[in-house]
Amino acid sequence: MKLAVASGKGGTGKTTLALALAECLEHEDTFLLDCDVEEPNLHLFFSSPSVDNKVVSILCPSIDEKQCNACGLCKEYCQYNAIVIVKQKAIVFSDLCHGCGACTLICPQNAIQDYPHQIGRLEISKKNKLNLVQGKIDIGTPLAIPVIKAVKKSVPNNVPWLILDCPPGTSCSMIHSIDGADAVILVTEPTPFGLHDLKLAVATLRSFSSAYFGVVINRCNIGDERVKDYCNRESIPILLQIPESRKIAEAYAQGVSLLQAIPEYKPLMKTLLLSLKQKSGKTI
Amino acid sequence: MKIAISSQGPLPEDPFEKRFGRAPFFVIHDTETGSISSINNHQNLNALQGAGIQSAQNILNENVQVLITGHCGPKAWQLLSRAEIKVYCTEASSVKDALGLYLENKLKALDNADVESHWL
Repeated sequence: MKLAVASGKGGTGKTTLALALAECLEHEDTFLLDCDVEEPNLHLFFSSPSVDNKVVSILCPSIDEKQCNACGLCKEYCQYNAIVIVKQKAIVFSDLCHGCGACTLICPQNAIQDYPHQIGRLEISKKNKLNLVQGKIDIGTPLAIPVIKAVKKSVPNNVPWLILDCPPGTSCSMIHSIDGADAVILVTEPTPFGLHDLKLAVATLRSFSSAYFGVVINRCNIGDERVKDYCNRESIPILLQIPESRKIAEAYAQGVSLLQAIPEYKPLMKTLLLSLKQKSGKTI
Repeated sequence: MKIAISSQGPLPEDPFEKRFGRAPFFVIHDTETGSISSINNHQNLNALQGAGIQSAQNILNENVQVLITGHCGPKAWQLLSRAEIKVYCTEASSVKDALGLYLENKLKALDNADVESHWL
């Protein structure tokens, strides 16, 4: 069962919720993935250092100047404007390369060889039976997607539960994170910003995913009723409402999870997971 | 000698464009024949990335020896300097004015990129 926790607006509680859900599955060999590779933070809740560390690379072209006849086909096929022909030589700007491999395939002279170009890392941590895989892009690298894909690929097949903490927003990195999920939770807050970005997230989900999805309203006792009205109008189930609590915020700020701070949430989280599994058509 | 000037339009009367990579046009002036032509650079104006180096490629293809523009970033500079193209920066209002300033020796050649990369 793959469950993605996403949102439109940032700071609504994706990480808090993803961790709480994962923690109540502790006995089931759960994988928790931090797909917010531009600013991952789930490791803050894992006191022990990471148990494994892997390099994430893309394949960049390296041009053999002796073989290259400057025909320019590689430049023409490069969708990322990473190659130029200067004085009868092809020059590659590796920090513009997205590693698609088109230039290597198209080169009639076989003058291009691929080499791995590091763009980020995977950090793997463990807490009892809970596994955390966190992606982290290198500073100055604009390529989040290959790192997100590497995070998702690192998980063995047929893991009973996979919980993905997605990046905020509705751009490529969110879309790639939710891709393949059996169910998606959109976390929001009942404020105008929360509603505005929730609408964008719902529209994105509806056009890119057929997964079952519902909304969790965090800090449900602030703001107004408009998020609820919107969900009712759009027939989007409200899966859970979490009231504003200083205790949760204080715990979070110290790297203490929601369930450690308020264990009473555990049955609610379990019910939520079971209902999502049922609704998404996964057999229990 | 051929001179390229970044421009908002294809004619010498058009407004000068300060951006190099995202310049809509380059007006090309040949000092030997006095002829004026232009390159349409809209493909790079709309590019997701790599506009600077691809605009440099367009300039290189025209065999120009001098470029007059507003600013030049490090990647474009790498190519232009390698191809021994001299780069001059100005804030002239029209292509004609920019060219005039160059011909009157009022512009100073860059010895390095004058702005930072957008990515890093």
